[in-house]
Amino acid sequence: MQARTLYDKLWQDHEVRDNGDGTSLIYIDRHLVHEVTSPQAFEGLRLAGRKPWRVTANIATPDHNVPTTDRDKGIADPVSRLQVETLDQNCVDFGITEFKMNDVRQGIVHVIGPEQGATLPGMTVVCGDSHTSTHGAFGALAFGIGTSEVEHVLATQCLIQKKSRSMLISVDGVADLQVTAKDIILAIIGHIGTAGGTGYAIEFGGDAIRALSMEGRMTLCNMAIEAGARAGMVAVDDKTIEYVKGRPYAPSGDMWDKAVAYWKTLVSDADAKFDKVVHLDAAEIQPQVTWGTSPEMVVGVDSTVPDPMSFSDPVKRDGAKAALKYMGLEPNIPINQIRPDKIFIGSCTNSRIEDLRAAAAVAKGRKVADNIKLAMVVPGSGLVKQQAEQEGLDKIFIEAGFEWREPGCSMCLAMNADRLEPGERCASTSNRNFEGRQGQGGRTHLVSPAMAAAAAVSGHFIDVRELD
Amino acid sequence: MEKFDTLTAIVAPMDRANVDTDAIIPKQFLKSIKRSGFGPNLFDEWRYLDHGEPGMDNSKRTLNPDFVLNQPRYQGARILLARENFGCGSSREHAPWALEDYGFRAIIAPSYADIFFNNCFKNGILPIVLDAQIVDELFKQVAANEGYQLSIDLDAQTITTPDGKAIPFDVDAFRKHCLLNGLDDIGLTLQHVDDIRAYEQKRQQQAPWLFS
Repeated sequence: MQARTLYDKLWQDHEVRDNGDGTSLIYIDRHLVHEVTSPQAFEGLRLAGRKPWRVTANIATPDHNVPTTDRDKGIADPVSRLQVETLDQNCVDFGITEFKMNDVRQGIVHVIGPEQGATLPGMTVVCGDSHTSTHGAFGALAFGIGTSEVEHVLATQCLIQKKSRSMLISVDGVADLQVTAKDIILAIIGHIGTAGGTGYAIEFGGDAIRALSMEGRMTLCNMAIEAGARAGMVAVDDKTIEYVKGRPYAPSGDMWDKAVAYWKTLVSDADAKFDKVVHLDAAEIQPQVTWGTSPEMVVGVDSTVPDPMSFSDPVKRDGAKAALKYMGLEPNIPINQIRPDKIFIGSCTNSRIEDLRAAAAVAKGRKVADNIKLAMVVPGSGLVKQQAEQEGLDKIFIEAGFEWREPGCSMCLAMNADRLEPGERCASTSNRNFEGRQGQGGRTHLVSPAMAAAAAVSGHFIDVRELD
Repeated sequence: MEKFDTLTAIVAPMDRANVDTDAIIPKQFLKSIKRSGFGPNLFDEWRYLDHGEPGMDNSKRTLNPDFVLNQPRYQGARILLARENFGCGSSREHAPWALEDYGFRAIIAPSYADIFFNNCFKNGILPIVLDAQIVDELFKQVAANEGYQLSIDLDAQTITTPDGKAIPFDVDAFRKHCLLNGLDDIGLTLQHVDDIRAYEQKRQQQAPWLFS
């Protein structure tokens, strides 16, 4: 048989039929649902008199609109409240399992899928959310879809898809301590650009990727979409299998052994051909900080804000000029002189236990600097919050002057009450530094959890390694 | 879904790369549980000088006179001319809903983000990919000629300029067929119910844990 990539294997194992016109009907194993992109899809089902094809394939949770404080008081904003209540009602009407706002299993949909073992190696996983690429960390084919496709999956358990081209991004060598998965993916995006992965399914490989924990691999795959690729993935290894074992939705007994045997085949064959291969040297990657309004506008913390005139492409030059104006930054200033007003540690990119541990390790015994108006930590799920509290991380954060919040998407996109005011600058562990993303006029600098904590206690960006 | 066959309309230029779906329709408007009514909030943060929230009377808000879609010469535009990586970021289908509700039925750009591109076809919008040099030339023509219009013929896969020059474009056969006929995918997929059942039976043998 011809050598196959991991993506080839996942595609072939889910192809229901080749439509003969360049598209295939692809079977979907897991559908994750949240309140923002599903109401119109459920409404479509109702209007057509349809039911979910396989109701147990769906798991729902509210995450975008939920408040991160005073949960017992419910949702203050009536528009947000209606959206969450609509999800609750739709899940009742259609018989879908939902982890509701006050359930300890509630959280950001891309945190709870893996946490529950609802994301398994070899699955196709979709959700009406672009960061569904996260689940590719498990050797799954996972990608974000629009609301029409949410309805399509609900009604048919399938999607009409065109196969992407394949790209291998190999990060070779050993990354420095404190250079995290977040720094690696930001460096990759800086290297290939936000459209570099458009039309591709990316497999991340190389020693530096194999060395990452599952949490790190989720951070990496989460931001594949920021490189333009709908799907990012990492091959299955012992870490993958170890992470999945014993989780509520994971198989057990004889079924476990059978599953593991299959999962171990979910790697690219040694001589498989990719349409494109990119190599990065892990040892050269510094802790990253974005300076502009696109994730590709990123440099090492030891660097300076670029001069727009240094870009030869006129479109890029204009983009950089507009970005600096929006960000309120001058060319050539050192990154470590930039002073944030707020700190946000959370989001589907960086709100898992390992992220909180990394930030807490920096915060421990230190205080949030006086110029920081607000530093907040938002765990990715109720269970992450519980575990962090068992480890005493909440006390470390609170002692240092951080706020310790309830789980949700929060200030990654500011659909709830957590947002930046116009002109405010934020060191954020989220995934998008777009204009207005964290609040109209808000200025976002994307960093790792350790770097966000370092900025919090220093009052400006700083190489976290200087604090050791 | 509304059919798309031919369209002759004014072209509005959006002259910046990496226009993301957060810019196309900001997050506060995603709280709606409806599919319609997003047009008045298309590009809200660029289009108005105040901060927009759902439920506001948009006709009473102050428009940003510098924003391209507020300029008199582009009123009634139904074709949007854009730069690289248009529609990047969030998967929100509210972005094509807002564009369509505003009146846009076609977009011309050198490249699009994958999810947005796909979402357009589900909503009767034709996203056309043209070579960056041709797009650049169109930007110049739009700037130089007030009321500049293009004619798009999906069946012939051509864009015709006011001086009669035809620019060919590519489109996937399946997507073209759906758009020309206004077909929704779900009905098409449900023609293959037997294939889906057969797949499930086979897969359940191979990977039973996926069905427990």
